[in-house]
Amino acid sequence: MIALSDYLILGAILFGLSVAGIFLNRKNIIILLMAIELMLLSVNMNFVAFSYFLGDTAGQVFVFFILTVAAAEAAIGLAILVVLFRNRQTINVQDLDTLKG
Amino acid sequence: MDFQRFVFYVFAAILVFAAARVITVRNPVHAALYLVLAFFTCAGLWLLLEAEFLAIVLVLVYVGAVMVLFLFVVMMLDINTSPLREGFIRYLPVGLSVAALIVIEMYMVVRARNFGADVVAIPQRHPEGYSNVKELGSVLYTDYVYPFEIASVILLVAIIAAISLTMRKRPETKYQNPSEQVAVKSKDRVRIVEMKSEKKQ
Repeated sequence: MIALSDYLILGAILFGLSVAGIFLNRKNIIILLMAIELMLLSVNMNFVAFSYFLGDTAGQVFVFFILTVAAAEAAIGLAILVVLFRNRQTINVQDLDTLKG
Repeated sequence: MDFQRFVFYVFAAILVFAAARVITVRNPVHAALYLVLAFFTCAGLWLLLEAEFLAIVLVLVYVGAVMVLFLFVVMMLDINTSPLREGFIRYLPVGLSVAALIVIEMYMVVRARNFGADVVAIPQRHPEGYSNVKELGSVLYTDYVYPFEIASVILLVAIIAAISLTMRKRPETKYQNPSEQVAVKSKDRVRIVEMKSEKKQ
């Protein structure tokens, strides 16, 4: 049978991969957003695994809310991206230095 | 190795492969498609965990709505990907080492000694006729009804923000003005010109 630790290790590997993705694709905002989605997926995986193994539905309710917030975040992020591309004709993070940060 | 374990390992392998491809492929469209594969396999894993409702929601909401939005935006923007790939090799060692460090640290916490089958008992499968949707709904609409309402407000905010961000007024586009149309009087439209009738020749 599959133990809780198997699911948690899978979630950890997924999280590590998405952190690596943020490092590797630090110029491309679209891939950065995808890496964030992947991170949320790994967190959700842990929530669902704990919910199953501890017999508590609260974990699944939390996943439900995380999915809601992640959908809202993706929609607004992509809308900002579209406006950004319309104004600057680029999505390279390096060129977005209007605020001189 | 029983069948469940086999299914778990196959899905886990596909999931890790898809996630690795998401962060390494050159083309953002391919990255989005690999992310779709990752979501599908994750939904399969959630079915193994008896979270049927969330698995279906993941496929419907994520694959059906969010990833289609991603693909739509990627295809709508005309992106030159080659400058975006600069520094990929340069950041490869540091990225991989940080990721490996995070995975090792997490493994130290969640390894089988702390969360294995002998520490956290594997629960009994629910009997036939058990409804995950019913149980989730009965909790969601009683204990978590206020967070549920807040979630709906968050979605409303997302709708309004996305529309108001991307909507733009073009000066060359012509719009109707209904109030002006309704308030129009006959004298604004027709000008009556008084003139003498011509004589018959």
